Amino acid sequence: MVADAHKMEFGAKAHVALNDPKLRANFRRAMDGLMTKRAAQFADTGEWTSLRARGAAIRANALAKLPELLEQLEANCLRNGIHVHWAETTAEANAIVLGILEAAGARTVIKGKSMVTEEMHLNAHLEKNGITPVESDLGEYIIQLAGEAPSHIVMPCIHKNKGEIAELFHDKIEGQPYTENVDELTAAARKALRGAFAGADAGISGVNFAVAETGTLVLIENEGNGRLSTTLPPLHIAVTGIEKVLEKLDDVPPLLSLLPRSATGQPITTYVNMISSPRKDGEKDGPKAVHLVLLDNGRSRVHGDTELRDTLRCIRCAACMNHCPVYTRVGGHTYTFTYPGPIGKLLTPQLEGIDCAGDQPHASTLCRACADVCPVQIPIPDLLVRLRTESVRPAAPGAVKGAGSMASSSETMGWKGWTLLYGSPLIYRIGTKMLGWFGNLMPSSAPMLKQWTSVRTKPKFAPKSLHELAREKGFCDE
Amino acid sequence: MPKQPRPESVYFFGTCLIDLFYPEAGLAGMELLKREGLKVVFPPEQTCCGQPARNNGYQDEARAVARLQLDAFPGDRPIVVPSGSCAGMMKTHYPEMFEGTPDHARAVAFSQRVFELTEFLVDVLGVTLVDKGQPVTITWHPSCHSQREAGVVEQPKALLRQLSNVTLVENPREKECCGFGGAFAVRQAEISAAMVADKVASIEETGATSVVSGDCGCLMNITGAAEKSKKGFKGRHIAEFILERCHGR
Ligand code: SF4
Repeated sequence: MVADAHKMEFGAKAHVALNDPKLRANFRRAMDGLMTKRAAQFADTGEWTSLRARGAAIRANALAKLPELLEQLEANCLRNGIHVHWAETTAEANAIVLGILEAAGARTVIKGKSMVTEEMHLNAHLEKNGITPVESDLGEYIIQLAGEAPSHIVMPCIHKNKGEIAELFHDKIEGQPYTENVDELTAAARKALRGAFAGADAGISGVNFAVAETGTLVLIENEGNGRLSTTLPPLHIAVTGIEKVLEKLDDVPPLLSLLPRSATGQPITTYVNMISSPRKDGEKDGPKAVHLVLLDNGRSRVHGDTELRDTLRCIRCAACMNHCPVYTRVGGHTYTFTYPGPIGKLLTPQLEGIDCAGDQPHASTLCRACADVCPVQIPIPDLLVRLRTESVRPAAPGAVKGAGSMASSSETMGWKGWTLLYGSPLIYRIGTKMLGWFGNLMPSSAPMLKQWTSVRTKPKFAPKSLHELAREKGFCDE
Repeated sequence: MPKQPRPESVYFFGTCLIDLFYPEAGLAGMELLKREGLKVVFPPEQTCCGQPARNNGYQDEARAVARLQLDAFPGDRPIVVPSGSCAGMMKTHYPEMFEGTPDHARAVAFSQRVFELTEFLVDVLGVTLVDKGQPVTITWHPSCHSQREAGVVEQPKALLRQLSNVTLVENPREKECCGFGGAFAVRQAEISAAMVADKVASIEETGATSVVSGDCGCLMNITGAAEKSKKGFKGRHIAEFILERCHGR
C-alpha cells in the first residue's frame, strides 16, 4: 500500500512537471548551461580520467576503513575541542541538535546549506520547538521564503526563474518593490540576511568532508554565508552523514578539484572553510563551542553490502542529475524525497526502503549519462539494476530495506513466460511465429501497447523473421 | 580495441528485435560481412542476449537465456552484433552475470569475441565503401549503450563519412537518450514520451531526411514517434543504409 502511494506520487508529480512549460524551460536552460560549463572544465580527457580515478580511490579507501576512520575522527575532534554526537536515526539527530540549542538558550539559528539537515527535516523540527532557523544560502533562502524543498542538491532553487523570484521577494520581504534586476534582488536578500547573521544565537552547517587524521571539518561554498554562519554565532553545530569522512588531509585537494568543476563548472570553489576547533584563547572570532553530529540513518546498512557501498562514495556534486534526461524533464520535486536524480534513485530506496521508493530505480533508461560524469565513478546504472533485482526478489536477505516488496505474481509469471520463449530454440521458433501472426492483430489499445502507441505508431512484426530469412539465404549452415 | 587478425568466418547474432521486427537490417549486416569475403554463420539456436530480464531485475531468467547463447556460439569465431545495446550487454555484463558459476570462464571468453557490427567493419576489417547512391542528408543517432557500454563512438560515423554522396549533419543533442529504455517506455510512459518528442524535434531541426542508427530499439521509438506526429524524416538501420548505398539504391 505504501509503495503504491509513492508510486502514484512519482507518476502524478512527473505528470504535473511534464505539463509545466515554464518548469521544463527553466530546467532545460539551467542543465544545458551546467553541462556545457562542466564539459569545458574536463576538456582534457587524460586529466579527467586520472583525477576521477584518484577521487574514486580516495572515497573507496575511506569507505573500506569507515569504522576505524570514524573512531579516529571522533578522537581527533574531541582532542581539538569539538563535541561529537552520534545519531542512528534522523529523529535522534533532530533531538540532539535541539538539545544543544536548548541547553545554550538559543532562539534563532542561521544555517549554511546542508542536504543532510533536509534529510532530517530539521527546520520543521526546530520551528515546532520554538526556534527560528534562517537559511543563509541565497538559493535556500529563496525556497525557504517560498515554503518549498530544494529541487537540486547544489542549486536548490534552480526550478525558479528570475520573474518568479522577483514576485516572491515582492510578496515576502517587507518594503521590497517588484524588480527583476538581479543585483537589486541579491541586495535585498543580503540586507534581510545581515540582520539574521548578527542576531543568530547559533549557526548550523553541513560538512563536505570530515578529515579523520586531523579532526577537521571541510566546508565549501560560493557566497561567504557558510563562513559567516560558522564563525559569527557563539555556537556552531555541524551535521553530516557518517560516510563523509576522509582518511587524511592530502585526500582533500583532489576532491576539491573534482567537486566544483563537476557541479557548476567552476575551476575552484570560492570559499573553503576548514574548521578544526572552537575559538581558542586570544582568538578574535569563531564560535565558542563546536558540535559535530554524525548521522547514520541507514548508511551503515548500505555500507554492509560491498556492492551497494559504492553509493556512499558520492560527494554530492549533482553532475549526475545535471546530465540525467529524466531529471532534466521532471525536476527535483518529482522525486518526493530529499535526494533527486540518479543518486537519489539509488540513495532513497536504500535509506527509506524499497517499499517506500521502489519505483524510483525504474525511472531510468539506464542510459549511463550519470555514470559517465560521476567524478567518483559510482556505477549508478548497475546499482539501479541491483536495486531492481532486490525489489522483486522475495524476502532477499540483502542489505536493502523492503527487499522483495515490489514482487508481483503477474510480473513474475510474465518473466517466466519470457524465459520459456527465449530459453529454448524450439519454443522460440514456434512461439515467435505465433507472436508474429497474433501480434499484428493486437489492437493499439491492448494493455502496455496502449502506453507505447499513445505517442508512437504500433511496431509491425515482419512477415518473415531473420531466423527464416537467414535459413533461406543459407546463413544457417556451417 | 586492439586490431585483431582478419578471420575467415564470423558468427552473426541477430538480436530479438531485429529477428521479429527488422529482419532486413540483420540480413543487410550479414551481406556486408559476406561482401568482405567472410563466411557468415547464423546459428539457428540463438534467441536473445537476455538484456530485458537483466534490466528489469530478473537475473536468474536473464542468465538462463544468456546461457543458451553461450551454447549457441561455440568455438572462437568472432560474434558480430548489429546492435550496440546487445553487444554492450554481452561484452560488459556476461562476465559479471556468470561470476561464481561454472559458466564464468565461458562467459568471459564469449564476451571477448563480441563485436558491434560497425566496430567490426572498421576496426577489424578496415572496409572501404563506394557510394553509388543519390545525394542525401542524414543525421546519426547513437544508442546510449553503444556509446557508453559497448564503447562504439567513432566507427559508425567513420563509415558514414566514407559515403561520398552522403552529407552527415551533427545533431547537437545526439548523445541524449531517446527515451526508449525497454520497459521504461511503458513503465514511465509520460517521461519517455517527453524524451522521444525532444529527440524527434532535435532530429527535425538538423534538416536531415533520414536518421541512421545502429540500434533498432531506438529506431522503433524514434521513427514510431516521428510517424505518429507526421514528421518528415525516415529511420534506417546503419547496415541497411550502407548496403543500399553500395548497391546504388
Ligand atoms: S553520484 Fe556522482 S555525480 Fe552524482 S552527486 Fe554523487 S558524486 Fe556527483
